[in-house]
Amino acid sequence: MNFLELIWLIPLFPLAGAALMLFFGKTLDPQPVSEVAIAPGVEPIYEHGHAHHGHGHDHGHDHGHDHEHGHGHDHGHDHGHDHGHDHEHGHAHSPLKFLINLICPGMILLSFLFSAGAVWQLTQKAHRTAEVIQFTWLAGLPFHMSNGQLATFHIDWGFLLDPLSSVMILVITGIGFLIHVYSTGYMAHDNGYYRFFGYLNLFVFFMLMLVLANNYALLFVGWEGVGLCSYLLIGFYFHKRSAGDAGKKAFIVNRVGDAGFVMGMLLLMSTVGSLRFTDVNAVLHSGAFTPEVAGVGTLTIISLCLFFGATGKSAQFPLFVWLPDAMEGPTPVSALIHAATMVTAGVYMIARSSALFELAPITGHVVAIVGAFTAILAASIALVQTDIKRVLAYSTVSQLGYMFLALGVGAYWVAVFHLMTHAFFKALLFLGSGSVIHAMSGEQDMRKMGGLKDKIPVTFRTMWIGSVAIAGIPGLAGFFSKDEILWQTFSSEKGSTILWAVGLTTAAMTAFYMWRMMYLTFYGKSRVSAEAAAHMHESPVSMTGVLSVLACGSVLAGWLGVPKLWSIFGEGFRTFENWLLPVFASGAGEAVKEVEHSAGLEWTLMFTSIAVAAGGILVARYFYISRPDIPESIAAAVPGLYRTLVKKWYLDEIYEYLFVDGLCKGGGNVLGAFDRNVVDGGVNGAGWLTRFMATLSAWWDTWVVDGTVRLISFVVKMASYPVCILQTGRVQAYAFFVVIGVLVFFGYYVVR
Amino acid sequence: MDQHLLSIILLTPLAGLAVLLFLPGKNKDLIRIWANLVGFGGFLISLPLVSRFQAGKPGYQFEESVDWIPALGAHYHIGMDGISLLLIMLTTLMGSIAILCSWNAIQERVKEYYAMFLLLQVGMIGVFLSLDFFLFYVFWELVLVPMYFIIGVWGGPRKLYAAIKFFLYTLAGSVLMLLGILTLYFQHHQQFGFYTFEIAELMKLNLPLGLQQWVFWAFFIGFAIKVPMFPFHTWLPDAHVEAPTAGSVILAAVLLKMGTYGFLRFSLPLLPKASMDQKIVQILAILSIIGIIYGALVSLMQADWKKLIAYSSVSHLGFCTLGIFSMNPNGIAGSVLQQINHGISTGMLFLVIGIIYERRHTRAISEYGGLAHVMPKFAIIFAIAMLSSAGLPLLNGFVGEFTILQGAFEANPIWAAFAVTGVILGAAYLLWLYQRTMLGQVTNGKNLTLHDMSAREVALFVPLIAWSIWIGVYPKPYFDVLRQPVSEIVQRVRPGYYSGPVQNASIPTVPSNGGAR
Repeated sequence: MNFLELIWLIPLFPLAGAALMLFFGKTLDPQPVSEVAIAPGVEPIYEHGHAHHGHGHDHGHDHGHDHEHGHGHDHGHDHGHDHGHDHEHGHAHSPLKFLINLICPGMILLSFLFSAGAVWQLTQKAHRTAEVIQFTWLAGLPFHMSNGQLATFHIDWGFLLDPLSSVMILVITGIGFLIHVYSTGYMAHDNGYYRFFGYLNLFVFFMLMLVLANNYALLFVGWEGVGLCSYLLIGFYFHKRSAGDAGKKAFIVNRVGDAGFVMGMLLLMSTVGSLRFTDVNAVLHSGAFTPEVAGVGTLTIISLCLFFGATGKSAQFPLFVWLPDAMEGPTPVSALIHAATMVTAGVYMIARSSALFELAPITGHVVAIVGAFTAILAASIALVQTDIKRVLAYSTVSQLGYMFLALGVGAYWVAVFHLMTHAFFKALLFLGSGSVIHAMSGEQDMRKMGGLKDKIPVTFRTMWIGSVAIAGIPGLAGFFSKDEILWQTFSSEKGSTILWAVGLTTAAMTAFYMWRMMYLTFYGKSRVSAEAAAHMHESPVSMTGVLSVLACGSVLAGWLGVPKLWSIFGEGFRTFENWLLPVFASGAGEAVKEVEHSAGLEWTLMFTSIAVAAGGILVARYFYISRPDIPESIAAAVPGLYRTLVKKWYLDEIYEYLFVDGLCKGGGNVLGAFDRNVVDGGVNGAGWLTRFMATLSAWWDTWVVDGTVRLISFVVKMASYPVCILQTGRVQAYAFFVVIGVLVFFGYYVVR
Repeated sequence: MDQHLLSIILLTPLAGLAVLLFLPGKNKDLIRIWANLVGFGGFLISLPLVSRFQAGKPGYQFEESVDWIPALGAHYHIGMDGISLLLIMLTTLMGSIAILCSWNAIQERVKEYYAMFLLLQVGMIGVFLSLDFFLFYVFWELVLVPMYFIIGVWGGPRKLYAAIKFFLYTLAGSVLMLLGILTLYFQHHQQFGFYTFEIAELMKLNLPLGLQQWVFWAFFIGFAIKVPMFPFHTWLPDAHVEAPTAGSVILAAVLLKMGTYGFLRFSLPLLPKASMDQKIVQILAILSIIGIIYGALVSLMQADWKKLIAYSSVSHLGFCTLGIFSMNPNGIAGSVLQQINHGISTGMLFLVIGIIYERRHTRAISEYGGLAHVMPKFAIIFAIAMLSSAGLPLLNGFVGEFTILQGAFEANPIWAAFAVTGVILGAAYLLWLYQRTMLGQVTNGKNLTLHDMSAREVALFVPLIAWSIWIGVYPKPYFDVLRQPVSEIVQRVRPGYYSGPVQNASIPTVPSNGGAR
C-alpha cells in the first residue's frame, strides 16, 4: 500500500469517529447529555396555559425525555471540580458503550498506523516530501499583487508530508491514542461520554488538518477548528459557569491572535501571490527577497502578524491568559490539547515558515524576547500556585516560551525537538495529575494533599520520572532539548547572553516549582481530608498503563537528539536534527549557521544548567520537606510580590478592565445609547418633525386657509342677515309687501 | 421549457396565491398545506436552473423580453446571471422554509398571512430577475406592501410603530431612487432619441461625472436604506424585533440582499465613473467598516435575543458592502457569496429564536440559561448556526469573509485590518449569547419544562446546515458561477483591470477565462 498517496485519509479516520459519536453516540450510550443542573431553589413551572398557540403537532413527543434521568439524582450540588466521579450514582451503562471505547481510540490508532506507514515510506524516498492535492477549495478570482502583477486567489485542499509534518502527525496520533485510552478510564463515570469522545476525535481531525495542510489557508482551517474543539472541551462541564467562561475566553483570545494570522496571510498572498508552502518557499528562496536587516519591511510585517497569531494559539505573552483558565476542562483534554498538541501549533507554524522568518531577523529578535519573557513570567507565577493543574498550566506556558526562544534564535529543529519531548513529559504530568485528582475524589488543591506516594505508587513513580525529565536532569528527555535550546541561545548568531541567562533562570525556577509540586503532593505528612482518604485508590490499568508508556517516552525521546559534544554517541543519536534539517535549510542548501565556540565552553554551560536544575530540586526539598516554614515566612516578608504572583501579575484584571469592560462592553453601551438616541433619534426626530409640521399645517389649514373660506361665508351670511328678517315664509306678509311695493311705485309715478 | 423557465418560477407563487384566495378561510390546515406545497413547489421548480445554468457564459441566460407599455418604453424583460442565480436559489429556499416555520406560530388570519407571503415571494423573485428598470421598480415597491402587513398585523407589541417605520423609511429611499432612474431615462431620450427603461440600453449612456455622482447618491440612498448601511439601519432592529419569525427570516435572508444586489446590478455598471470616484469609494468603504464594528459592538450589549441578531446583521452586511466597494473581483465575488451565507446563517439564527419564542413568548436573554440541559438537539443546532455566523472554517461564513477580506486588502490593507476586528467581535457577541442562553445551570423554572425540537422544526434546519457545509467545504461551483458576471462588473468600472502583467512563477493555476476576455 502506498501510504504517501493516502495521507489525506489520516485526518479522516478521527473525523469518521467524531461523526459516528455525534450522530449516533446517544444510541450507544443513552445517558442524559448532562445531569440537569438546576440552580438551588428553582422549581419546574409548567406553562401550558397558552394552548391557543397550538403546540398540538409537536407536543409531548420529546417532552421530558431528556431529563427523566436527571430527576432521579441529587443534582443540585456543585461538583466543584472537573471530575464528577460519583460511584454511588451507578448509571446503568449501556452494553453498547464498549463500542465507543472501540471506535474512538481505534480511529486514532488507525491514523497512527497510517502515519507510521507514511513516515516509513517517506524515509525511503530521496526527496523527502509527498504532496497530495485533492481538489480546489477556494477557487477565487484574479487579483493584483502588491507589485502590480495579476495572480489568482487560489487555495487547494491539499496535504503535504515532509519531515516536519511527520514528527507532528506521529506525536498527535501517538500521544493522542494514549490519551484516548486513558480517557476511557478517566471519563468512565461522566455523563456525555460519547460527546466527550466525539469532541476529542474531532479535535484530532482538525489538528491533523493543521499539520498536514499544504498551504496557510488550510492550516488556518485546522487552526480555527482546534480552537473550536478546545472551546467545546473546556466547556465540557457546561453547567459550571466557570467552565463556560473559560471556554469563551479561550475562543475569543485565540480569535484576537487569529486576526493577526489572517492579516499575515493576506499580506503574504499579496506579496508572494500564493499561500502554498512550496510556492512561498520557492519564491522566498529565489533571491527576489533579501533579508530585511535594515528596517521593518513587508516580510517583517508578515512574520510579525503570523507570530501574533502564534501568541494566541501557543499561549505567549500577551495572549497567554486563556490557557490557565482552560484547566476547567477534563484533565485528558488539558493533556492532549493544552499541553501536547494544540498549543504547539504556533511553534509548528513558525517552524513551517522558517524561510520567511530567516528573511526577517527583526521578527526573530521579537520572537526570542517574547519567548524568553513568557518563559520566565509564567514560571514566576507557577512558583506560588496551589492548584496542581494550574502549576502544570503555567509550566506549559513557560515551556512553550522556551520553544519560541529557540525559534527566535533560528534553531528551528531544536524548537520542534523540545515540542516533541515536552509532549511526552507534559502529557505524562497532566495525566498523572489527573490520576491524582481521580484518587483524591476531585480535589485539586495541593495544600490538601501530601504523602500520596505509597497510596498511588504507579502514579507517583511515573510522575517522578516526568518531573525529573522536565527539570532537565541528564539522561531524560527534557535535558536534551532544553539544554540544546540554552546552548543555541548562547551560541547562535541571533542569540545573546541575556536571553541565555533568562533561560537559565527559568530552568532553575522550573526545577523548583515542579519539585515543589511533587513534594507537596506525594511527600511529607498527609493533609488529605478523611472523606477523600477513605475513597483513595490507584487508578485503573487503562490509566496507569498509559502513564507507564509515557514515562518510557519521557526517558527515551531525548536520545534522538544527543548533543554533538557527546561524540561517543554515533550519528544515530542525532537522528532528529538530521531528519529535520532539510526542511529548515535555506535556499542555498546550507543549515542555519552556528558561531564556533570551544568545546570547553559548551561543557561549562552544560554543567551550569545541570547544576541549576539540581539546585532547584534541592531548594524545593529544603523548602517543602526540611523547613516547611520557610515558604510562608518568605511570602510574609514580601507580601506585595507574593500577592502579585498569586494574582498572576494582575494581567487578567488589566485585560478585563481595558478590553472587556472598557472597549467592548463600554463601547457597546455607549454606541448602543448613541444608536438609540442619535442615529435612531434622527429618524424618530424626522418622524416627529413631520408630525409637527403636519399639526402645524393642519392648524394653518383649519384656521387660515379654511378660515378665509369660512370668513367669506361668514361675511356673506352676515350680509344676508337683514334680508333674512324679511323672509318670514308667510304668504300674507309677502302679499302685504307686494301691495306696499305696488303702492310705492304708483306713488312715485303719481308724485313725479 | 427553458425559454419560459424564469416566468414560471416568477409566477408559481402568484398562481398559488390565486388558488389560495378561493380556499375556504375556516379550514386553516388546508390553507397551510396548500401554502407549503406552493412554497416547496416554488423551490423545486427553481432547481432546474442549477443544472441548466451555464457558468462562464457571458451576459444573461434564460432571457425573456416582451413589450409591456410601449408608450413608456417599459418591457417585461427578465433574465439571470450568476449573481441572480444564487440569490434566486436563496429566495426560493428561504421562502419555502419561512412558510414551513409559520405552521404553529400563526393562528389568526391564516389565509391573509400566507397570501401575503406568496405575494412577497413574487416581488422578491421579480427584483432579482428584472432587466428593465420599470419592471424592477414595480417589484421593488411590491415587496414593501406584504412586508408591511406581515409586520403590522402579525407582529409583536410595537408592531404598528415598526411597520410604519419600515414602510416609510424604505419608501423614502425608493422615491429618491426613482428620481435617479428618471434622470437616466430622460438622459437616454436626449442622447438617443427614444424612451426606454431597458438596463442594457441605459448602460450605453455617456454621462458626465457630475451627473453620475448625483444619480449615484440618489441610488445610494435607496439601496443603503435597504441593506441597511450605517447610519440608515435603525429601521432594521425594530422591524426584526416586531416581525413574526418567518418575517424576520425573510427580511434578513432575502430582503436586505435587494440593496446589495441593487449596488451590483445598477449603481456600479450604470455609473462606472461615479463608482470609481475615489471620494465616493472612500466614504462608502468607511461607512461599511463603521457598520461592521459598530453593529458588532451594539450587538454585544443587547438584552433582547432578536435585537442582538438584528444588529449582527448590520455588521455582516457591512462585510458585504465593503466587498462591493473594494471594486475588485474577489471583493465582489466574496460579497455575493457572503450575501448567500448571511441568508443561511442569520436565517437559521432567527429560526432558532422563533423556536424558543413559540415556547416561552419572551426574547429577553435574561429569561434563559442552561437550555442545553433541557433541549440538547436545540443546543446543537443553535451551536452550528452560531458557528456558521461567526465564520468558522469549513462552514459557509469563513469562505465569504476570507474572500471579502482578500478583496478589501487588495483595495486598501487598512480596511482589511479594521474589518478583521469585526470577526473577533462576531465571535464575542455570539459566544456570549450562547453562554447566557444555553450554558450554565437552569435558573428559571419555566425553562425546565420546555420540550426539545420536533421533527418539523429540525427539518427546517437540515437543508440550511447542509448548504452551509457545502459552501464551507466545496465552494468552487459558487466561484465558477460568479466568475463571469463579476468580471463583467469589474471590467465595466475598471476597464484595464484584467490586462495587468500576469504572475506565473510557480503559481499552479493562472486564470483561464477571467484574463482572456
